[in-house]
Amino acid sequence: MEEPLLNTPLVDYHVALGARMAPFAGWNMPVQYSEGILAEHRHCRTATSLFDICHMGEFRVAGPQAAADLDRILARSVLDQALNTCRYNFLLNEQAGVLDDLIVYRFAEDEFFLVVNAGTRSHDVDWIQPRLSPSTSFEDESDAIAKLDLQGPQSAAVLAELGLSIDRQPAYYRFLTLTLWGLPLLISRTGYTGERGFELYFPVAAAGQVWETILATPGVKPAGLGARDTLRLEMGFPLYGHEMDETITPVEAGFGAMLKLEKPREFIGSEVLRDPVRGRPRRRLFGFRLESRRAARHGAAILIDGRQVGVVTSGAVAPSLDIAVAMGYVDAEFDLKPGDAVGLDAGKTVLPATVANTPFYTAGTARA
Amino acid sequence: MKYYAETHEWVEIVDGIATVGITEFAAEELGDLTYVEMPAIGAVFAAGEVFGSVESVKAASDIYAPLAGKVCEINDALETNPEVLNEAAEGDGWICRFSDVDQSGLSKLMSREDYLKSIGK
Repeated sequence: MEEPLLNTPLVDYHVALGARMAPFAGWNMPVQYSEGILAEHRHCRTATSLFDICHMGEFRVAGPQAAADLDRILARSVLDQALNTCRYNFLLNEQAGVLDDLIVYRFAEDEFFLVVNAGTRSHDVDWIQPRLSPSTSFEDESDAIAKLDLQGPQSAAVLAELGLSIDRQPAYYRFLTLTLWGLPLLISRTGYTGERGFELYFPVAAAGQVWETILATPGVKPAGLGARDTLRLEMGFPLYGHEMDETITPVEAGFGAMLKLEKPREFIGSEVLRDPVRGRPRRRLFGFRLESRRAARHGAAILIDGRQVGVVTSGAVAPSLDIAVAMGYVDAEFDLKPGDAVGLDAGKTVLPATVANTPFYTAGTARA
Repeated sequence: MKYYAETHEWVEIVDGIATVGITEFAAEELGDLTYVEMPAIGAVFAAGEVFGSVESVKAASDIYAPLAGKVCEINDALETNPEVLNEAAEGDGWICRFSDVDQSGLSKLMSREDYLKSIGK
């Protein structure tokens, strides 16, 4: 029997706003509000959007061996990660397949905060916990922490209006902890939209209060997972379960340059990644630009001269570009370059597409 | 007078020409529509046969011919402005017109009242 869907603490607020709710990773989540995905997407690209991301998981890992433990469990080092910074990272299995992609926050020399995907959270717990030293503490704080993403070019001004002046706001991929609105708040300059933005973490009991306070600020509108998906797709950001899963290595997913494979550092999966045979990418992730708004969808075959060479992992209209785009894996023997032509199977017809650089959308303000 | 199919298309026959579209309910359920796949002019379809599709941000959905007939006109405006479907699915958002219509199929379609009842409205 299917497990009942989980609700975030904000479900009643979503319903009151006319949200269309749908299951995602075991959660009952808002896909869109009354204005629709396209309007929400454009609002985030031009103003400020607020996303309920309470479904994601948060772990706290601490102790004198925590850094060494995580350095062995995660694909990118945490030992050289500065305090008060965030780092995108990967949890790999022994075959170097991606069990999860996550963000690591370094609170202190001996204390870390891991933000993980909702659908992988419980498996991550089962994977990480037994691999920690006895002295390292592990807390799954997901149920106690609310997460809201405030994203858009005006988000810094919105935060300033809400009491955190721009000069106090964290820089890109940095975070700070403070008391704001009477609450202990963790705020990082991170996000999944390609726009300047922040991710806010605070006690779950305050979720409704914070949601309403932020939404009452002029220029802020709610956005659902539908817009979150088109925003991340325009940036070429991977979505776990689409561009990554436990059979795909981070090298295949295009993150090879982020990984430092030189010895002596060893991490789970490093042996395979260093092996010239076992570690050789079998496929590579590419972006594709179509010729109209007609989209190729997850699972569609990628064709060259009528022969299948790969599979689409995400595809939809890119609202900022007004054409459809896609991402997908192509067998490694095909060394594709931007501009190369492929076909994407849409059932009754094959849609012409060209290999494109990502991000597809290049005017994002994330680092501005 | 419009007739409605269980598969959420509508049809209205004027002077033997059937104008076909998707219902306002279907357009609302699909969300923002971004692309309409049109049939070729002159193509012949049986009742219940897929003659095109509409795409939203999230998914593509087939559209079925409510009656048998031959495509004689398509709504070009939808190619550049598919959002008309969200604004007026049962008006300016019509999809195509059929000639040589087999009107005997009307008996298998619903009145507006029955259609609204079928979707719980």
